[in-house]
Amino acid sequence: MLEAQDLAARRGAHLLFQGLSFRVPPGQVLVIAGRNGSGKTTLLRILAGLTQPAEGRVTWLGQDLASPAPATRADTLFAGHAPALKDELTVIENLLALAELAGTPLSAQAAQRALDACGLKAQRHLPARTLSQGQRRRIALARMALGGPRLWLLDEPATALDADGLRLLAALTGDHLAAGGTVAAATHQPLDLPADRVQTLAMA
Amino acid sequence: MSATSHPASASRREDADLPAPADFGVFAAVRWAVARDLRIALRSRAELAVQLLFFVIVVSLFPLSTSPERQLLQTLGPGVLWVAALLAALLSLPRLFAGDLADGTLEQIALSPYPLPALVFGKVLAHWLATGLPLAVLAPLLGLQYALPADTLVVLVGSLLLGTPILSLVGAIGAALTLNTRGGGGLLALLVLPLYAPVLIFGAGSADALRAGLSAAPNLSLLGAGLLVALVGAPFAAAAAVRIALD
Repeated sequence: MLEAQDLAARRGAHLLFQGLSFRVPPGQVLVIAGRNGSGKTTLLRILAGLTQPAEGRVTWLGQDLASPAPATRADTLFAGHAPALKDELTVIENLLALAELAGTPLSAQAAQRALDACGLKAQRHLPARTLSQGQRRRIALARMALGGPRLWLLDEPATALDADGLRLLAALTGDHLAAGGTVAAATHQPLDLPADRVQTLAMA
Repeated sequence: MSATSHPASASRREDADLPAPADFGVFAAVRWAVARDLRIALRSRAELAVQLLFFVIVVSLFPLSTSPERQLLQTLGPGVLWVAALLAALLSLPRLFAGDLADGTLEQIALSPYPLPALVFGKVLAHWLATGLPLAVLAPLLGLQYALPADTLVVLVGSLLLGTPILSLVGAIGAALTLNTRGGGGLLALLVLPLYAPVLIFGAGSADALRAGLSAAPNLSLLGAGLLVALVGAPFAAAAAVRIALD
């Protein structure tokens, strides 16, 4: 259960939002909608523990996310605006390094299978600098496909993805929810998911 | 690109793929950061070469601009090498965290279950191995231009081996603090150079002491003590600065 109570956030003197409360039970996705600058990314960063809220608190399974324990961090997948790829490393090296950093190290075979499943089979051993924006996003999908963390925090996961990529995103998210995972996603595009799994949070 | 059916089930982690559960220890964190940053450094050798050539050129300019008098060069030599090492370190410091901030890696590092100071320390260690250590290795060659005797060269290399890690460690705090500032490079220099002054004094002083017929040990001991203090304190300070930069 992901829970927020009376959250408020500021950017400088500007109040982005206040009095924000929600509960996301397992198997549900929180879709954070709203115009540009309404604080969607800030809210996600608060959920990740990167930004401290001005007021209120967020808990994941009863644990305060302002300073999460290592086990909680390993249980969280944060896919931000920037895909965290190193241009100098190959696609598979990037995926292996990110998985190890996230506390869920994996074998080269598992990484290969995840990349194959996400349509990056041919790009496996190419440096990440040769990838298009959409292909970069697909590495984030490969991280999701690996499984492990139960809480996914996704910032504009649909950006730059083609129709096939969007289907893949919906399938991965659907499977994760069906397996009892929890997702919070800031997005403009509607995710193709069963309506009973979706909670929409409209940012003012 | 072809549509793939059941992508998630095809790749979902199977038990056989899972290595023993990690305990998120300091050693594993340092190893991760060193391995990754060194691999990146080796693939962008041009940047490393620029920094080394800068060091070589700055050191070589002084004999050209002063008289080639042996006595004068021997007096200048250690100080010039040390100042050039400081400037070369400053040249590479802005890239320590800026690249990771720009491409989103720094967020992932801050969100990792591994202790952030350990990850930061690993990055600093890789930075020193890629930029500080080569300076110490090159120093004896460049010292020949200043007609430095063998025993002075040995002390000089020793002082650089003790001192350049301090430059990387203290510099990391400055690099993290100036992450979100405009013109971060210049500000970084203003912030860090005064802190480098003691390192310069004891580093160049060790060779001076030897020339004056004294022992270089006190200077080297002070550098060693400085290194220990920096080793203990800097990773925590830099990690705190990284968290601030991301907030």
